[in-house]
Amino acid sequence: MVGAACAYYAARSGLHVTVIDRGPVAGGTTGAGEGNLLVSDKEPGPELDLALLSTRLWRTLSGALPPRIEYEAKGGLVVASGEAGMAALRDFAERQERAGVKTEEVTGDRLHDLEPHLAQGLAGGFHYPQDAQVQPALAAAHLLRAAGEQASGRARLRLRLGEKVTGVLKGANGEVRGVRTVSGDLHAPYVVNAAGTWGAEVARLADVHLPVLPRRGFVLVTEPLPRVVRRKVYAADYVADVASGSAALQTSAVVEGTPAGPVLIGASRERVGFDRTLSVEVLRRLAAQATRLFPMLADVRAIRTYAGFRPYLPDHLPAIGPDPRVPGLLHACGHEGAGIGLAPATGLIVAGILTGEELPLDIDPFRPDRFGGAR
Amino acid sequence: MARDRSPAELVGAAPEDPFEISFDGRTLTALPGQSVAAALWSAGILAWRTTRHGGRARGAFCGIGQCYDCLATINDRPNRRACLVPARPGDTITTQEGHGHAGLAV
Repeated sequence: MVGAACAYYAARSGLHVTVIDRGPVAGGTTGAGEGNLLVSDKEPGPELDLALLSTRLWRTLSGALPPRIEYEAKGGLVVASGEAGMAALRDFAERQERAGVKTEEVTGDRLHDLEPHLAQGLAGGFHYPQDAQVQPALAAAHLLRAAGEQASGRARLRLRLGEKVTGVLKGANGEVRGVRTVSGDLHAPYVVNAAGTWGAEVARLADVHLPVLPRRGFVLVTEPLPRVVRRKVYAADYVADVASGSAALQTSAVVEGTPAGPVLIGASRERVGFDRTLSVEVLRRLAAQATRLFPMLADVRAIRTYAGFRPYLPDHLPAIGPDPRVPGLLHACGHEGAGIGLAPATGLIVAGILTGEELPLDIDPFRPDRFGGAR
Repeated sequence: MARDRSPAELVGAAPEDPFEISFDGRTLTALPGQSVAAALWSAGILAWRTTRHGGRARGAFCGIGQCYDCLATINDRPNRRACLVPARPGDTITTQEGHGHAGLAV
């Protein structure tokens, strides 16, 4: 998705763009996510600024792309089971408000007006009207199609799928001259590393260190249902899990309906490398936590599950912008579980750098060389 | 004539006594060992579900539990594969509308 957004905004700026993907469109992390466009789970800071910009851009994109991308400005609801949790949420929301997030406190007795199937006895929650959702695989595909369609006149967009990048070509002064793929060399003055969870590998091909690591997550999918969950609903401890740096398994219920009918249940996080082995323990915990939030789910059947690898960087911020170690190399990866949401702002920034336009926000916190290491 | 002979006749089976089930309020007769889909077919009923989008009629297609086309609401539980569920005396089968969970809608 991040790569598609880079291509979209670069092509819109009149640049010639070639998208190279070793797999199909959305064959990596994009197709394995839930398509969250969230501000609610973000602390005030550079990532939230990126998310707020992206929220506006997604709204514009939703008008330009076909309805099939299933963009839903559904809003998010974060719930707390007790007063202590509620106090923490209140403090968090207050700080987010100051950063430009819209929040609305919902008392325990009003929760069921928003979500009739929620469990009884919850202390309350916060409603975030800016949270939204897309179907990520369709959104990425249609964004690429739109990038090609608007690349009229001078600009041109080429899509090369199923083609693995095997090297980064460099000139005499170490500057980027293009990439080598399994089918040959492709010359270009700029190369954008938008390889998501595999961003560390592409960085290594350019002899630079970027410690993107996989953070595994499972999603549990129910049988098709009518709309039983209106918003994205999650428990307050989700925010702490997202921000954690631990490699150990963490699960916190995130429940949402989809236009197609199934309810999606997340979210687990663990750093176990690229291990795709199904974990029944994770699924059991996800199901138990979701059922505590929505007891009616106990009578609903889960029909499948899927797993993906979030591109994790140790400080939970993406790498966006030029790499000072290799002129011509840019990075746009490491967005962890927020890549779908943060993609448009990332693409806009990358296009802005390539064309020398003024950037919409300070990208210093995202500098790709901040982890040091080789060169 | 060959087409009048049932599989039970062909193998010389002697089924136990038939019993009653109901489909959308209508009483039908089923034989022990028959799947719900087989019992419905025997009664000339070919469709017992409507699709989620468009409300088109559906019944048994593959007959071996793979295609999920034959879903029915059996004894108030939706999404049961009629081709796999054995018919039991007193079973109540109802046409499943779409996902069969309309009662949960909010």
